[in-house]
Amino acid sequence: MLKQIEGSLGIAEAVALCRPGAVCAYPISPQTHIVENLGKMVKTGKLQDCEFVNVESEFSAISVSIGASAGGVRAYTATASQGLLYMVEGVYNASGLGLPIVMTVASRAIGAPINIWNDHSDSLSQRDSGWLQLFCESNQDALDTHIMAFKIAEEVGLPVMVCMDGFVLTHAFERLDLPSQEQVDQFLPPYEPREFLDPKEPISMGGMVGPEAFTELRILQQRKMHKALPIIERVTKEYRELTGHHSGGLLDCYNCDNADVKLIIMGSTVGTAKDAVDELAKQGIKAGIISLKAFRPFPYEALRAAIGDTKNVVIVERHFSYGARGILYPEVERALRGTGAQIHTAVCGLGGRAILGSTIKDIVNYSLNNKFSSEMTWFDVDTKLINSYLKDTEGVTLPEGPLPEDVLMDTLQKVRA
Amino acid sequence: MLDAIKFYQTGSNTVGNRLLNPSMRAVQASSDRPNTLISGHRACQGCGEALGARYAIDAAMRATGGQLMIANATGCLEVFSTPYPQSAWRLPWIHSLFGNSAAVGSGLAVAARVRAKKAGNTNVPRVIAQGGDGGTTDIGFGPLSGMFERNDDVLYICYDNQAYMNTGVQRSSATPPAARTATTQLVGEEPGNDWGKGKNVPLIAMAHGIPYVATASVADLKDLEYKVEKAMSFHGARYIQILVPCPLGWGSASGSTVTVARLACETGFYPIFEAEYGKITSVRKIRQQQPVVNFLKLQRRYAHLTGKKADPKVLARVQAMCDDNIRSFDLLGDEIPETMPVAVQAHERSHEI
Repeated sequence: MLKQIEGSLGIAEAVALCRPGAVCAYPISPQTHIVENLGKMVKTGKLQDCEFVNVESEFSAISVSIGASAGGVRAYTATASQGLLYMVEGVYNASGLGLPIVMTVASRAIGAPINIWNDHSDSLSQRDSGWLQLFCESNQDALDTHIMAFKIAEEVGLPVMVCMDGFVLTHAFERLDLPSQEQVDQFLPPYEPREFLDPKEPISMGGMVGPEAFTELRILQQRKMHKALPIIERVTKEYRELTGHHSGGLLDCYNCDNADVKLIIMGSTVGTAKDAVDELAKQGIKAGIISLKAFRPFPYEALRAAIGDTKNVVIVERHFSYGARGILYPEVERALRGTGAQIHTAVCGLGGRAILGSTIKDIVNYSLNNKFSSEMTWFDVDTKLINSYLKDTEGVTLPEGPLPEDVLMDTLQKVRA
Repeated sequence: MLDAIKFYQTGSNTVGNRLLNPSMRAVQASSDRPNTLISGHRACQGCGEALGARYAIDAAMRATGGQLMIANATGCLEVFSTPYPQSAWRLPWIHSLFGNSAAVGSGLAVAARVRAKKAGNTNVPRVIAQGGDGGTTDIGFGPLSGMFERNDDVLYICYDNQAYMNTGVQRSSATPPAARTATTQLVGEEPGNDWGKGKNVPLIAMAHGIPYVATASVADLKDLEYKVEKAMSFHGARYIQILVPCPLGWGSASGSTVTVARLACETGFYPIFEAEYGKITSVRKIRQQQPVVNFLKLQRRYAHLTGKKADPKVLARVQAMCDDNIRSFDLLGDEIPETMPVAVQAHERSHEI
């Protein structure tokens, strides 16, 4: 059914269609509207056989979800930013216990300085948490991905984090196509937990495992991640056939045939980038977009196939790793090893700074004109603002325009000299 | 509260099963006891926590007809009962984290209700969340308070051995003043744990206005069983804190766990009471009052209070703390306190003690 609604309401409707048994809520922007709507649906009876629990912290939000999932019902919660970090201990625990919880992360920067706007530093901080992490490029994609996420989580036996850009998606009103309850029921069968806490067949979960078996359990967990790749592909195919929606998947290519440069992007920036490369195409510039949907497990083979023989690859990253470079870069580099592709990272859009069509065009031109001098380059930098600080403190001035990481480091050497 | 028992074994304060009529005897003496925490676990000799847990959970199993699940905090009880690939638990049991057992319990209760409702089943499994004092009064306190205020249908049991025993006897907010722990050592001008610190979680639980709060000890297992069964007769959030001596952490003989616990009660050191909806409904009266030194002298954590170099002022202060408890909870009289007693820590902080 077509509706012109806020992204958060769309997600709430999608989650409700999946018939969760427990929804835990703790307020943090920008995920609040999702759980507010779910709370309303439980209270009005629209969402039946489900309890909505207002907890006192994100730590309890994930913990109640763990309990509910271990108790044999579908469990859902949502968080962002500081909230995600506050629940981290439980995030790792949920994957270790193999509980198929689905959680939305309405991606938002991490403080200090406190910042409520979008980037990907929160979700990517959980790179090694053992959760599947699926990124969404639009609200329709996010809505559909949530429905797929329950099925994927339950088939794989691991929790799934659905990462959607805070505000840019959660608070945007768009036309959304909601599948019907019948369609979702057909797609997602009633929840049958593999094992759960049941007085009829008592089991112990979460015992202490020492060096004698810990590695082996980790290998089995990694194996689940490997299994997840084809499961994500199959579930996506089923969902697309059922609804006709082109959502989900490991990754998605746009304008990639014969592209001279391909940008790898996660999240809502993909929409902006598609418009930008359409405009570039009119000028005869051939740039393709790869919307990376699955970050964990990482689709190395699919990415390598999507890049093909394209030699210019730029990863647009709304995050980076302090004291290192881009977070996606090492994964892409591994996927493309031996292909001879030139891979660079463009860092932009941190803490909610808008990534405009002009940003994307700058990145494309920068690549095609062979201007990337560093593995990582900062785009859309207010150089004056940095210089106003560096000039006084270190007597250094940075050049205007995109800032290659090497230039940043070179100025440091000048200070030392 | 158990009816006053007027007789006990000569030379001790033990009310043995042998002296009770069969209907009053502890079910542990019965051959059909549930044995929910079965033998073979790795608890130390004389472990008060293992003893308390066995009685408490068996009592809850009886009260619920076996429809029971447990969320267990990280700690000794978790470690000694579930070393992979073994488990000593004969009921559905989950360990998630150190600080979240109350919240995991809330989640289990949700799942049990939802599943029962969907299946048209009126027999909804009940939930116990449990942990040691560290997992309860410190790191798990936020989720515990959240579970209380939501009045989730969970009985939380705190096995209080007054320090972090699993990590090697460090101080918790349940550690009493002057006690030696690895982080409050017997050095300096005021050896042992500081005065005027700590919190009284049973009173805090009562302040949430939850249906049932009780303290108990492994010195009176019949009373413990009664309280667990009573707790299971309520729905909503409930809290039982059981004093469980730790021979290793307290430096007491493994054979004197029950004696030490009994002396904690008989000296006024650890008031035993129960409360419903924020109001005290019964107090376990002291049978034969003992000076606190009799309790302290059995434990090396208080060696500095009883040896030759002992500071009588500190000993007097611990005695004053017990006397304060005796007054506040009317542990010697016939009354039940009308108002909620003031936490003994308040009197320490205001230097009344």
